[in-house]
Amino acid sequence: MPKGPTTRPVIGVLALQGDVREHAAMLERAGARAMPVRRERELSEVDGLVLPGGESTTMSRLLESFELLEPLRARLAQGMPAFGSCAGMILLARQALDGRQDQHQLDAIDMVVRRNAFGRQVDSFESDLDVTGVDGGPLHAVFIRAPWVEKTGDDVEVIARVPHTQEPPAAADRIVAVRQGTVLATAFHPELTGDERVHRLFVGIVQEA
Amino acid sequence: MSDAQPTGSTVSETGTARVKRGMAEMLKGGVIMDVVTPEQAKIAEDAGAVAVMALERVPADIRAQGGVARMSDPDLIDGIISAVSIPVMAKARIGHFVEARVLQSLGVDYIDESEVLTPADYANHIDKWAFTVPFVCGATNLGEALRRINEGAAMIRSKGEAGTGDVSNATTHMRRIRAELRKLSALPEDELYVAAKELQAPYELVKEVAATGKLPVVLFTAGGIATPADAAMMMQLGAEGVFVGSGIFKSGDPAKRAEAIVKATTFHDDPDVLAKVSRGLGEAMVGINVDDVPEPHRLAERGW
Repeated sequence: MPKGPTTRPVIGVLALQGDVREHAAMLERAGARAMPVRRERELSEVDGLVLPGGESTTMSRLLESFELLEPLRARLAQGMPAFGSCAGMILLARQALDGRQDQHQLDAIDMVVRRNAFGRQVDSFESDLDVTGVDGGPLHAVFIRAPWVEKTGDDVEVIARVPHTQEPPAAADRIVAVRQGTVLATAFHPELTGDERVHRLFVGIVQEA
Repeated sequence: MSDAQPTGSTVSETGTARVKRGMAEMLKGGVIMDVVTPEQAKIAEDAGAVAVMALERVPADIRAQGGVARMSDPDLIDGIISAVSIPVMAKARIGHFVEARVLQSLGVDYIDESEVLTPADYANHIDKWAFTVPFVCGATNLGEALRRINEGAAMIRSKGEAGTGDVSNATTHMRRIRAELRKLSALPEDELYVAAKELQAPYELVKEVAATGKLPVVLFTAGGIATPADAAMMMQLGAEGVFVGSGIFKSGDPAKRAEAIVKATTFHDDPDVLAKVSRGLGEAMVGINVDDVPEPHRLAERGW
């Protein structure tokens, strides 16, 4: 369907579990029309998809039980734009470390992520970051039992890292946001801060796709 | 490909209200299951639980055995933490800030200051702002929920009557909280002062809730949920997620029931899915009618 630049794209939010409502609200503010996606039919109606924060093990399991896994893989392979935050980043990766053996990976970004890499909930933190492609100064990022990216392929652009001063030293400079073509992933939760710049970036990607 | 430059000297902060409340946002639409062994924790994770609650005894056993119920043995909690990759919660007695300190040092992801255990203080709850770990607390009404939030709770669960398998108290309390929220948001501003007095909650918090029409933290439900239909009904009544205690591991086929309750929570508004997952689950927990529980033994009435 041809779209002019003024068309509001329809962006789905995978609504099996997690902070679906927050993402939907941010997408609306960023100029898209948001709709929850739990079924194959709903997936076929969207121009792009957000995979929200939540528990990646739970989402992986429900994707399989409700026969959404293969249709989702197919749409990603056809180039549907996608954006995953935290658990969503884990699902989009080629491989997840410290996960369950049977956890499904969508392999939409050529990267290896480590689950809960920054630690348990007592280690969850917020911090300011610069994100490539997001103008207007540093972004306030909220990390909750967050993963980090350990390895990226040649086609993956690293768009944010945690500060050099991040404690413990093992966490310093870790990759926390990436983009490969029309697929975007953040280890943090841009949907929780009221700053819709990352969602605007994604809506822009969907409009151009 | 280009590479982002790390930013210089930003301070990162742990234990903020945002990361505490945000953690609960990530659990939404999910099921948190009571487990008493690492094996049960694995069954819960396999079934798609978003978190487990590590306990020595499920509420049905606490009820049957009586006596004083306390925080679980750290060895048991450690064992469960190492068994699963999903968040692990644990319970401290109401007002027992030292049990809470111990749980925080064990690295649990959430503390439930719970009426299911025997209260340690009949006047004060724990000052939850003083902790890095977030807390969930129970509430039977809006005033109780707001008092807990004022003390630093980052998540609220409506109370049911734990360990009974009788969902009636959970529905009563969820409906009450929702009704009080609706009533509050319909009040003119000059009546909010008296509303705060009647709710026995701070005016600023009452004003915020009146403006938004919802609690500033995630609202789950707990107590008496035993079937997929129970979980789905609570979601339809406005719960953002479900705690299931005795209902799973006191039933005939815990793995199957656990998975069915997870699916029912996600598809709570789809009767076809609910019918499908409700089939062939084996025996549900036997259950007790709340009316048959003598009043001194009703757990939901603990907390104030």
